[in-house]
Amino acid sequence: MRHLLSTKDLSYSEAILILDTAQEMARVSSSSVKKLPTLRGRTIVNLFLEDSTRTRISFEAAAKRLSADVINFSAKGSSVSKGESLKDTAQTLQAMGADAVIIRHSASGSAQWLADSQWMNGSVINAGDGTHEHPTQALLDAFTLRKHLASGTGDLKGLSIAIVGDILHSRVARSNVILLSLLGAQVTLVAPPTLLPVGVESWPAQVSYDLDAVIPVVDAVMMLRVQQERMADYFFPTAREYSHYFGLNRDRLNQMKKDSIIMHPGPMNRGLEITADCADSARSVIVEQVTNGVSVRMAVLYLMLAGASESPFAQSLVNA
Amino acid sequence: MNSYLISQATLPDGSTADLLLENGVIAKIGIGIENSQAIRIDAQGCRVLPGFVDLHTHLREPGREESETIRSGSQSAAKGGYTAVSAMANTFPVADTAGVVEQVLRLGQEAGYCDVFPIGAVTQGIAGKQLAELGAMAESAAKVRIFSDDGNCVADPMVMRRALEYVKQFNGVIAQHAQDPALTHGAQMNEGVVSSGLGLKGWPAVAEEAIIARDILLAGHVSSRIHICHLTTAGGVDLIRWAKARGIDVTAEVTPHHLLLTDEEAISYNPVFKVNPPLRTQVDVLALRQGLADGTIDIVATDHAPHPSESKECEWQEAAFGMLGLETAYSIVQLTMVDSGLMSWTDLIDRMSTAPAKIGGYADQGQSISVGNVANIVVVDPSATWRVDKDLVQSRSRNTPFHGMQLPGVIRYTFYKGNMTVSQSRIVEWPKNA
Repeated sequence: MRHLLSTKDLSYSEAILILDTAQEMARVSSSSVKKLPTLRGRTIVNLFLEDSTRTRISFEAAAKRLSADVINFSAKGSSVSKGESLKDTAQTLQAMGADAVIIRHSASGSAQWLADSQWMNGSVINAGDGTHEHPTQALLDAFTLRKHLASGTGDLKGLSIAIVGDILHSRVARSNVILLSLLGAQVTLVAPPTLLPVGVESWPAQVSYDLDAVIPVVDAVMMLRVQQERMADYFFPTAREYSHYFGLNRDRLNQMKKDSIIMHPGPMNRGLEITADCADSARSVIVEQVTNGVSVRMAVLYLMLAGASESPFAQSLVNA
Repeated sequence: MNSYLISQATLPDGSTADLLLENGVIAKIGIGIENSQAIRIDAQGCRVLPGFVDLHTHLREPGREESETIRSGSQSAAKGGYTAVSAMANTFPVADTAGVVEQVLRLGQEAGYCDVFPIGAVTQGIAGKQLAELGAMAESAAKVRIFSDDGNCVADPMVMRRALEYVKQFNGVIAQHAQDPALTHGAQMNEGVVSSGLGLKGWPAVAEEAIIARDILLAGHVSSRIHICHLTTAGGVDLIRWAKARGIDVTAEVTPHHLLLTDEEAISYNPVFKVNPPLRTQVDVLALRQGLADGTIDIVATDHAPHPSESKECEWQEAAFGMLGLETAYSIVQLTMVDSGLMSWTDLIDRMSTAPAKIGGYADQGQSISVGNVANIVVVDPSATWRVDKDLVQSRSRNTPFHGMQLPGVIRYTFYKGNMTVSQSRIVEWPKNA
């Protein structure tokens, strides 16, 4: 695996390998010295051309725990805000010898475009491209689901998971639908019809407009952030009506299955798609998702960059 | 002026004969013509067709000369077998006055590779608000008859109605870029399964069809002519068919790229496939081919849209819309329509030459291969193939979506008013102010 651009790039065995590796990494993160020498001397660039603090620091923490050198390159104050093209930026990073570029960009497909170009030969990791995909988010979600609902091993067979909210604009939803179904889970998308993409019936997921019908039968509810501004584009009438039909609140929490969990990729709009008492409830694993994000990203960086000759994990990935 | 003797060419009716071009006209057609003065061209196995006529060409001059000039675009046209092109109005400044259209006409004449007929803007600055001086452009030396805000849709139905009415006084036609702006704000590609997976904002077919439906009804109501630019949807073909059955004076065009490519090309995120209107689905492609074959769609038009490489070497959503078309149009029509058995050579001549010349009212274009007619002709070799190479195009830009494709049909020679503009598939260069 040279790049990680989409969860579509992952085979079943590669996905399981990443999750298993992440479990090893979690052990490192919980020990007193949270560091491995594995990527010493490697240079990783965080190319964040769209504002995102949490994903950037998660990748930064992951890279640093593997002893890589991390360069942060963000849009504000950089040459990009002065109109420099992605091509020039990529060639600059190439000239500086970047081994991997972690890219966050507002344009769908930008990670793939960067990887397919001849502008640089390092690995490209998609950290969220427009409304397309966010593969490491889906991996950390799968990791979290497996830990809580599948005793921390194997796949997600037999689990039922609802993804609720703005599916149309969500890269998290796209990556999760592909990955979770690959791992055997049954995914149900819950949203008003305006926030579901045309052609969603071809996705490996069920679709429902009725959150109350879905809540009692699923093992996990993944709430997506809904932007207030969507009202201006007629996606829903008011924030109040949206919350009423598609928000997670105390009443719906009480209808959830025993041992089921609440997830959210963050940042949350408390009071819009999720009430504070749900976000802070015992079922919520939202804060833990952040912790798992570091482990999963360590696993991805390790498997991609450690080099086949010195890494049994990477070797097995090549063989997978 | 040189004379040319084209020997043993296949005529449109399938017979084989020699043609003598003298003093800008077809002087003789017959078997065994002898003429010691004429330059002899062996056309065995080749077809002689009337020169192609494009009703939709972005030549970019004035204002965007880094992408194309009227001269480079005319050469690109000649290389593609065209003897006439129609320069779209969305230049800088916009071709919305007699002064600009006369300048475009003059630059076309100076280049001398084909007729360049300016298209005038419908509204001032193609802004859709106030009518441009359509009468002045019609009466100018450019004798503009086709008006279009192409790139923008004339979205306001009242503006459209008035434009349709107003051009009747000089037998003009409004060429509509059918795209409801409110339904396509920020749109990047055809809305469907592919756009949903790619996370690119969708451009629904209904945004095109709703405007076509509205405008054929308006044209019928005011008894005017309407031409629908670059049709892309199966539903649009049905609407045109319905309008023609009702006797509405509508014509329509399809581009070569919409006859061949689908929205699946966007999976590469390569902006060379980003075009307005967007590439649609295979169902649409087949409906367009059928519509062109049965005459519902009147003509092929290229929508040749050159862009500098920096406008295409970037993220999809940042990239410019448009692709080159002039040099590949004939081959793609041969491939999709003639070689596939959907159309005859007579049909191809009609869709690429006769019908567009008639819609534009272009004198000396789209004429039959007959003695006395102006020698606007092209010699093609349908059995030869060639590989498209973006670095070998005549255009100033390189944004061809067909790069690397092996296509049938080679343009061997093009004659514009009896002058050879293309010889052995190469442009005949002459100095700028010849």
